[in-house]
Order: sequence, then C-alpha cells, then structure tokens
Amino acid sequence: MTKVVVENLWKVYGDQTVLENINFEVAPGSFISLVGPSGCGKSTFLRMMLGDEAPTRGRILIDGEVLEDEPSPDRGVVFQKYSVFPHLTALQNVMLGLELAQSPILGRLFGRRRRAARAASLEMLKSVGLSHAVNKYPAELSGGMQQRLAIAQALIKKPKILLLDEPFGALDPGIRAEVHEIMLRLWREEKMTIFMVTHDLSEAFKLGTRVIAFDRVRTRPEEMKAYGATVTFDLKVDGKSIPPQAPGAAPLAAAAQ
Amino acid sequence: MRRLINRRPDIATRFGLMLLPFVIALVAYMVASEARLSVNPNDKLLPGWSSISAAIDRMAFQPDQRTGNYLLWTDTMSSLQRLGIGVAVATLIGGIFGILQGLIPHARATLSAFTGVLSMIPPLALLPILFIVFGLGELSKVVLVAIGIAPFIIRDLALRTEAIPHEEIIKAQTLGASTWQIILRVVVPQMLPRLIDAVRLSLGAAWLFLIAAEAIASDSGLGYRIFLMRRYLAMDVILPYVMWITFLAFALDLVLRLFQRVAFRWMYRGNGA
Repeated sequence: MTKVVVENLWKVYGDQTVLENINFEVAPGSFISLVGPSGCGKSTFLRMMLGDEAPTRGRILIDGEVLEDEPSPDRGVVFQKYSVFPHLTALQNVMLGLELAQSPILGRLFGRRRRAARAASLEMLKSVGLSHAVNKYPAELSGGMQQRLAIAQALIKKPKILLLDEPFGALDPGIRAEVHEIMLRLWREEKMTIFMVTHDLSEAFKLGTRVIAFDRVRTRPEEMKAYGATVTFDLKVDGKSIPPQAPGAAPLAAAAQ
Repeated sequence: MRRLINRRPDIATRFGLMLLPFVIALVAYMVASEARLSVNPNDKLLPGWSSISAAIDRMAFQPDQRTGNYLLWTDTMSSLQRLGIGVAVATLIGGIFGILQGLIPHARATLSAFTGVLSMIPPLALLPILFIVFGLGELSKVVLVAIGIAPFIIRDLALRTEAIPHEEIIKAQTLGASTWQIILRVVVPQMLPRLIDAVRLSLGAAWLFLIAAEAIASDSGLGYRIFLMRRYLAMDVILPYVMWITFLAFALDLVLRLFQRVAFRWMYRGNGA
C-alpha cells in the first residue's frame, strides 16, 4: 500500500509553462483517473511519475521518499502502444521482468530458476486470459490481447504503483469493457495504487476511485504560454467533490454528471 | 478501360515480364556479336558463344599450365575470403558502435560527428595510404573493404536504434533492466535483423572496393583476373567473370535474406507490425 504526495509541482519547457502548482495527496490503494483536454499536461504528469521527465519545481513523494529520477521497477507502466517487445513471445515478454532481476549479466535464466519464472509467468498470463496465446508474438495478437499482455508484463514485477497512459484508448468498446474487468480485478488483488490517464470520462468514472482533472484556468491567447494547466477539479467517485479552485471546474463537472 | 496503375499482371505474365529484359539484352548481344564476327572473324570485342564457352572451360575446368591451379576457383576463393573478412569486421564494428551511438547519449555526443565525417571520406582515396601502411598483401585489401562500408553500417544502425520506440526503453527500465540488460535483451535482438539489412545494402560497395583493391595490386582474385585479361582484350574471359561476380553477389544477398527470414521469425509474423 503506497501513499503518493504531489507537492507544488511545475513543469516548464523553455518559455512554455505546461503544468503549474499541482498539489494533491493520494491514499494508498487508490485508483486515480487523470482527465483533461488534449495538451493539458496529463501525460507529462505521468512521465514525471515514471521518472522519465524531471519536474521543473516541486516534488513527488512516494511513501515519504522523493521519487527516483529514472524509471524503476516499483512503478510499472502500460502505454497505449509499444508497451510490449515485438521480438519476444507473450511468455518471454512476461518472463523478461523476472529474468532481468535474477540474472544481471546474461539477462536469462536456466534450469530450475527458469522453470520457476516460467510457471509464475504462465500463471500471470492465465489471470489476464492469455493462456491460449503464450507462444505468440505481439504482432499476432489483437489490440486487446496486446494490452492485456502489457498489463501482465508490468504486474509480474509487483509494482507499488501502476501507471496507465491511455491504455484502452485504441480498443473497441466490447473489448474495452472486458479489459476493464480484468484491470479492476487485478487492482483489487494486487492492492497497488493506479494512475490512469484517459480521454474517456465514462471510463474515468467507471474505474477510478477518484477523478482528477487538469485544465488551463487562463485561456486568453496572450496568457497561453505563461500559464499552464492545474488541477481544476478533484472528485471522489462516491460523489464528494473537493474543488480546489472553482473557476473552470463547472463545464467538466457538468459533463461528468 | 481501367487505369494502368490498377492493372496487375497474373503469375504467368509476371514471370514473362521478368525474363523479358534479360532476353532482350541477350538477343541484342548475339545480334551485335554476329554482325561484328561476320565482318572480322578475329574480332575480340564481342566474342561468340563458342569462344566464351571455351574460355569458361579453360578457366574453370582445366589446370593452369604455369601453376596447376584451376584459376576461376582459386580467384573466387581468394576474393571471397577478402570480402568475407572485410564485411565481417565491418559488421562487428558497425553493430557495436551503431548501437552505442544510437542508444547512449554520451556515446552519441562523442561519436556522431566523427562517424559523420568518416563516412564522407571517399574510401578509394585511402587506398594509397593503406598500401603504404599495410603493404600490398591481403591486409590492405581487407582493411579497404572494412573501412569502406563500416561508416555506413554504423550510421544506419545508429538511426535504427534511435528509432526504437522510447516506450520500449522506458518499459524495460520499469522491469528493472540495467543499461547492459537493455542492450542485451531489447536492443541487440531487434537490431540483428536490421544489421543484416545494412550489410545487404553495403555488399555492392564492398565488391566495388574489393575489385578496385585487387585491380591495383594483387596476384589472385576475381578483380585481379579481369584487369589482367584487359591487357589482352580477352573479352571471352572477362564477360564470364563479370557474370560470375554478379552471380556471387546475388547469391550472397539471397543467403542473407533467407537467413534473416529463418532466424528472425518475429519480424515476419502476424500483421507485419
């Protein structure tokens, strides 16, 4: 169970402010949906959570520790695309995380340890419903199967935090509902904290225990560069709204009802 | 009437069309050869089939009177050996430096300008230097082949490595991979088939450098032989040699392509993604 605190976080590229003054605390085991219009910086925020980008100001604390400044196994990730390795079969993709941890020089396991890793990986693939496709390459899998594989690959490392960057955006509605069920079940089983960036408000409310919206408060053309997006509303999905700033929240909150 | 761009030949037509330019070239040669030989039976420029096949028999199937060697085969062996070693060395160097330059920011900062400049040096301009430094033996020829194609392979592979989606590199790190493990398990396996592509593309240049080096200073090799035969206007030997070199180049390319298909099945599976 992992507590995440975001303190006074800013991200500035050159003279373009993308995010400003982001503050929130996340209770352990939450499922946070991050929503907002295109270009509002929600993916930038996720990349800072990953350690792929450094905040310009402020910090992110995980269980009281400042976030490592590069990606690490305590934060798993599933992207919309390119999340799995095309040259490895489904089974090899899932086993990779175990092999890397136990074999620093060769990155491969042999004998008994290999059989153990294989068994654990097969179990993981079974829990995302890919038992029939363990020896297929990603290019042979459908979009939904590829994303389930990416989830299995990330979860084999038992990350404290799982970061999802529009993971279901490219899926058909039926498939999407299926993957939602798997995601919710795994989230309950693994007790991790999840951050999911999405465009889809219904998805955000269906999965999330809390929905956080990023948006620009100042939108006049001459203000666009100097002011970035910030948290415009923050809603517990059981209905309690905690808007830190009233302006800008109204349209999104209305859309969410 | 459908547009030309929408009309596709069936299999038989496709095969016929494929052969057509070869047949035209062959017929044109025969007509021209016939015309010249009817005017002057001793003409050496466009020899007829009888003298060409006699030359093939002499070079490939009769021992040379002076050395006792079957010249075509000894020439082929020494050329392929030089080409093979040169290409292998260039592939190894290209693979290592290409991946480092494409993946590691400090290596890129160090190497990219240097390999960029290196690749602009015309390799043949280095040949005199190589002869001076390494002598006229095998080494200078092998080095020319290697130096000639290595910069291209490095740059091509660096670009391909950079083109690996950033998401994959991030994902590997979230799975706990070190830089070395990323190279070993993520980058190298995906770059090996690309490396074969780069080698295939540079084989033409490798042959060029080999034949140039053999033409200038050698005592065996396919390039040496055709430049030697030029002195006697022995077109009946030069033409089959050129065809043999072409065949070898084509066969090498085919072997590499087949190897790639067999060894890297993941590239050819599914929807081709």
